[in-house]
Amino acid sequence: MVTNTHPTLPEFEYIQPKTLAEASEFLAMHATEARPFLGGTDIFVRMRDGFLTPKYLVDVKNLDGTNELRFDPQSGLTVGAAVCMNRVVASPDVQRIYPVLAEACRSVASYQLRTRATVVGNICNASPAGDTIGACLVLDGVLNIYGKGGLRQEALSTFFLGPGKTTLKPGEIVTSINFPLPPQGCAGVYLKLGRNRLSDLSIVGVTVLAAPDSSLPSGYRIRIVLASVAPVPLVAKHAEEYLAARPVSTESLLEAVRLASEACSPIDDIRGSARYRKMMVKNLTAKALNAAWKKLHL
Amino acid sequence: MSFHEIQLTVNGNLEHVTVPSNMTLMHMLREVMALTGTKNGCSAGECGACTVLLNGEPVNSCMVLAAECDGAVVITVEGLAGDPLQDALIHTGGVQCGFCTPGVLISARALLNRNPNPNDEEIKEALVGNLCRCTGYVRIIDAVKEAARVKTQ
Repeated sequence: MVTNTHPTLPEFEYIQPKTLAEASEFLAMHATEARPFLGGTDIFVRMRDGFLTPKYLVDVKNLDGTNELRFDPQSGLTVGAAVCMNRVVASPDVQRIYPVLAEACRSVASYQLRTRATVVGNICNASPAGDTIGACLVLDGVLNIYGKGGLRQEALSTFFLGPGKTTLKPGEIVTSINFPLPPQGCAGVYLKLGRNRLSDLSIVGVTVLAAPDSSLPSGYRIRIVLASVAPVPLVAKHAEEYLAARPVSTESLLEAVRLASEACSPIDDIRGSARYRKMMVKNLTAKALNAAWKKLHL
Repeated sequence: MSFHEIQLTVNGNLEHVTVPSNMTLMHMLREVMALTGTKNGCSAGECGACTVLLNGEPVNSCMVLAAECDGAVVITVEGLAGDPLQDALIHTGGVQCGFCTPGVLISARALLNRNPNPNDEEIKEALVGNLCRCTGYVRIIDAVKEAARVKTQ
């Protein structure tokens, strides 16, 4: 038998609601059979491979205000759910004030994929490998979620429950993500290890954001998020607390690296073994911490 | 499965088509409109052989539903006839088997539209989603630089 190596998409119904209310109602009514989608860059692949067989695909791209990318000097940045990654990268406000978000977006796949891929889609997909999630976490992103009860907000830090699992309930749709103004004088870094230098999914990803903070004993608040080494995008809390509690030195950075790698529980998959990940997360965290520290003192 | 009536502009021509929900933009271009310059490579958004311009920006057309394209403006490689990039690719030897060429042309055109004078690094980054197994890319990069020179002269 000849297997088709270029399968087309399995059958489904394409649903294009006109409003958020309509979309939410449809998704709630068909909770097990319907899935929302934005750029489709992940869901189409998984449908072709037979991992997902939704009966309905609900297009939530062109709904009330989800296409907005807005920066306000007081309240910060809002990235609408339908805003593609290329738009985020090209935004002068993002480049100037949230450069680590632009850097993370640029590391995703290819330019033509980023015409479709969205930050909110990357988040809702809830893959531990999601490249932009680390930046969104260190920048204290807050999701705006539309549902039956109206709008609710949820900090990204509590959103992830497991691979592909989030706190979203049937009928809930993320409409945008807000970022407050980042701390004064902060420096961010995203380092990603793929099988090739550009375009691959991450084997390990490390996001670091460092900023002066006089309220902490060390004088610095340093955030660390690790990708592809745990069931969810992993905030390295112990390492962060360790670095906040004492003066930053070569030794304390090394100990933070050890604590970060200790927090990981990677798995073997086609991109790398758990053992390799455990070793590489050390190297990458050390590199990212040093790079952020250097940037901070430029 | 339901069908969707859509209207879109492809290479300057207004088209009315009825497409099933699961038809991709790539399949519609190739099988409904017989625009077979757009190639079906990986069907997973990785190889870039199916790249077209959708409302002026490059997309993998295997990763876009035709039904999403109501009102859209699409340019395929057939719509790039006469583009200096085509001459440059022939001239530099940037075409071997040719399968990746349509996607390369579209991505390179999109790059030159947003950056008329790209350096090597910018060209490599813009073409990272267009896999070529023949040329080793060097001549493709040369072609993009040559076309940029032609355009700016």
